[in-house]
Amino acid sequence: MNAILIATLVIAAVGAAAALALAIADKYLSVKEDPRIGLVTAALPGANCGGCGFAGCDGYARALVAGNAANGACAPGGPAVAAEIAKILGVEATATERRVALVKCCGTRSEALRVGDYNGICDCASAAATAGGDKGCRYGCLGYGACANVCPKHAIRVEDGLAIVDKRLCIGCGKCVSACPRRLIELVPASATIHVLCANPLKGPEVTKVCGVGCIGCHLCEKNSGGKEANHFTFDGFLAKVNYSNPPEDVTVVAKCPRKCIREDAHFETGA
Amino acid sequence: MKTVKSPFQFPGGVHPRYNKDLTEEKPIVDLPLPTTLAISMGQHLGAPAKCLVKPGDHVGLGQLIGEKSGFISANVHASASGTVKAVEKRPGPTGNLADAVILETDQDQTDTSAFMPPLDWEKASREELLARVEAAGICGMGGAGFPTSVKLNPPPDKHCEYLILNGAECEPYLTADCRMMMEHADRIRRGVETMRRILGGPAVRIAIENNKPAAIAAMEKAFADASGDVEIVVLPTLYPQGSEKHQIYATVGRVVPDGALPIAVGCVVENVGTAAAIADAVDSGMPLVRRVTTVSGDGIVEPKNVRAPVGTSYADLAAFCGGERGNVRKVISGGPMMGFTVPSLAIATTKTTSGLLFLTDASVFQYSSNPCIGCGRCLRACPMGLDPSAISCAVEAGDVADAEARGVMNCIECGACSFGCPAYRSITHFCRRAKISIRARLAAEKAKAAKKG
Amino acid sequence: MLDVLIALMPAACCAVYFFGLKAVWLMATCVGATVATEAVCRLLMRREMSILDFSAALTGLLLAFNLPPDIPLWMAATGAVFAITVAKQVFGGLGYNPFNPALAGRAFMLISFTGPMTTWTKSTWIGYFDPEGVQAVTTATPLGLIKQGAFADWNVFGFVRDLFVGNVNGCLGEVSALALLVGAAYLLWRKVITWHIPVSFIATVAIYAAFKGCGAPPLVHVLSGGVVLGAFFMATDYVTSPITPLGKLIFGAGCGVFTMLIRTADPANGGYPEGVSFSILVMNAFTPLINRWTRPRPFAKLQAKS
Repeated sequence: MNAILIATLVIAAVGAAAALALAIADKYLSVKEDPRIGLVTAALPGANCGGCGFAGCDGYARALVAGNAANGACAPGGPAVAAEIAKILGVEATATERRVALVKCCGTRSEALRVGDYNGICDCASAAATAGGDKGCRYGCLGYGACANVCPKHAIRVEDGLAIVDKRLCIGCGKCVSACPRRLIELVPASATIHVLCANPLKGPEVTKVCGVGCIGCHLCEKNSGGKEANHFTFDGFLAKVNYSNPPEDVTVVAKCPRKCIREDAHFETGA
Repeated sequence: MKTVKSPFQFPGGVHPRYNKDLTEEKPIVDLPLPTTLAISMGQHLGAPAKCLVKPGDHVGLGQLIGEKSGFISANVHASASGTVKAVEKRPGPTGNLADAVILETDQDQTDTSAFMPPLDWEKASREELLARVEAAGICGMGGAGFPTSVKLNPPPDKHCEYLILNGAECEPYLTADCRMMMEHADRIRRGVETMRRILGGPAVRIAIENNKPAAIAAMEKAFADASGDVEIVVLPTLYPQGSEKHQIYATVGRVVPDGALPIAVGCVVENVGTAAAIADAVDSGMPLVRRVTTVSGDGIVEPKNVRAPVGTSYADLAAFCGGERGNVRKVISGGPMMGFTVPSLAIATTKTTSGLLFLTDASVFQYSSNPCIGCGRCLRACPMGLDPSAISCAVEAGDVADAEARGVMNCIECGACSFGCPAYRSITHFCRRAKISIRARLAAEKAKAAKKG
Repeated sequence: MLDVLIALMPAACCAVYFFGLKAVWLMATCVGATVATEAVCRLLMRREMSILDFSAALTGLLLAFNLPPDIPLWMAATGAVFAITVAKQVFGGLGYNPFNPALAGRAFMLISFTGPMTTWTKSTWIGYFDPEGVQAVTTATPLGLIKQGAFADWNVFGFVRDLFVGNVNGCLGEVSALALLVGAAYLLWRKVITWHIPVSFIATVAIYAAFKGCGAPPLVHVLSGGVVLGAFFMATDYVTSPITPLGKLIFGAGCGVFTMLIRTADPANGGYPEGVSFSILVMNAFTPLINRWTRPRPFAKLQAKS
């Protein structure tokens, strides 16, 4: 009994001594830090996604307080966090809109031609480096999940050889944008609900040879949304693009697209 | 002139099954002229040639249709006389797009007026010979396509002591170089003599693997009365014996430093096919417009060594060799170790297409990779002394910086590591991925530095 | 993996020959337990099934070879479950484990079931056909005898012959050096293993014993305990041993040194009669460091010759 008592007391004493030492160190040896850094770090979402370009939220907070970074670079935090940080730092808040990632392709394995069986590293950049990729369309999604692998929120899934971003989970950090070897992913305003899911600017016959749902540049979407004057769509070669500063709101363009490459938001949840 | 055994042996290497018996006894045959040719402007290492023709133009055999643009570039000539149907982007075997001249060939190919005037290799000056090599658009026909005129013109502070002729042909299936040595040893000799004059009289080492005894005999005969320091060096059959750095080590024992060219140790290595092309350019003024390609594999009815004009489509080559047979699962442009799998036969040959292989499911199989078990076979096989297993695990984990620290930029992508891996890991692919990332990063840094400065 | 299983067949047959049917049950239990555990683990981890690469079966067989023939089967099964779950699958499966799973299982059993793990029956020449059956007798193994110092005036030649062929006590797979060497020769011929680890391991044991006179001639030390089994089959495990030839030599030498240190140390100071398992486990921990020290020589650093 005695031994146990002695052992307990000794350990307790050692613990107390260590605690005292730590307390003294915390008081006298601590590094003086700007208290705003802690406040800004707490205000930031804490996702540590790196989308702002700094190493984690703490890194961005330090840069902000030191004046080395602009407010509003935190996409996951969005305008709410930007406003709060502005208050802490005593600066003007700038309005930013929530943006989400969009994979501009709807060519699944069933719809788009694959020219061979790819056998190698299961990664989009590796596939793209091998004979240009196993997809007939040189612009389309290869579906090996490079984007899905880097997404910190697991917002991207690959279904039937096509990557789809779930808008509800996406924080707009932009990691997928740089991961895609075909530069297929774009950050678009979260409020836009109609999108052209194709990136192939080639002529109609070239596109239909390699994909059943590729854009052929027929301009019907433009016609059905008020024509050129309405300016809801722009064209790059034979590829239609949504004008995100003035996006279309009438969903009839979706049904009227003969190629079915214009989709609305439900696509991102159901893949339809 | 004497024949010696290779004095040195590089560490590493593997012994794949060679399957050269399919074509090594078959003499070179000429392909009947195809109706269409697609001649690429970007078939050599360096900047693509500038296209000089437009649709509707008529060009003669050997006419200059693409001008070299930049220091490291080469001329491109019409491989047949015909009419230009189009100039459009076509994919090469790696999938990269390059401008190609689509030529509809004439029936009559006898007009050689576009050829350059013949030169006397003994009397012409060194500068004239070098200019001829440049004008003829000759580039390394072993596969890399490095413009030969640049290689044969080293900077003034570098002196060439050894001219090494690469007759190793270490890739399985390929026998084009072997047949060239057996049938055209005299033209190869003329090419070697020309190069020797251009380089200022270096010693000559002709490297041939010991699985080609007939080629060795033919070259011995052709070079029997060659003057000066000429040796035929018989190398053990080992892959990758044909790799430039390793061939230099095996023949003359010199080690090319990382990131440097062979001229840094006083050596110039040229393929036997390139030597023969130089002989053609000098003797008859014919630019580089045709080459021998081995069409082989268990998926082709009649494997052959085919001499075809540059720009012939793979489909035409296949048809000439009896067409495909069985369930062809893989078509490879080049050799099976370092060649490129192609998704279609609509691709055209270039100056560097040494082989076209058709492989059925008896020769290939789909695999799924497993984690590395550390067996060390890749390490023992790597001729560059790298640690392929550590590099592949680093790249797989996303740590390209570690791969760079382990020397992945020195990887020659020979494929010896993946060859023996029991876990079927795509090790060479990982190395290639890492190199692509590192090159992109270096290019971005260079651009940033250029902007700042 | 299949090659290693084939190479272990001669030793397995010897085990059955010397210890009878219970050897079969023990091997079957261990292999069955390891394969089943791996299958269950992969299902729970939601990874692809890996039992067809035979690594689990091999772990089971090697574990069985490291156990005394009379160990209760439930203990063997427990050790097998530990070996696969804790020493292999928890790290991610084949290729990721830092320690040899079979030896980790054995170490676990040695500490948890010390009694049964150190009790050996005496095998008989005709054990399998002996109508009286085998009596469970706690007799000493050769190493036990060496520890007791009972080696002074034994008939060395006869003993060595017995050790070599297998007419001695010991764990299931370590008794017949001859059978193990036949299997090892097969592995070397098939280029599954290289000579570096076995040679440096055994040479270090022999040299250490010769110079420090550890109670028995070097040959006895080499042939007893699991040295032959360990040097050829356990230390050479790809995943847990260094990848470069020089690294392998260092690894083998280290194993030899630790084996002899443990064998010759006073029991009161942590010595055991048998040191091979622990020495290999300790050297497994050094493998990443050895790999770092012995990076392969790049081509550019070759000596230019003339």
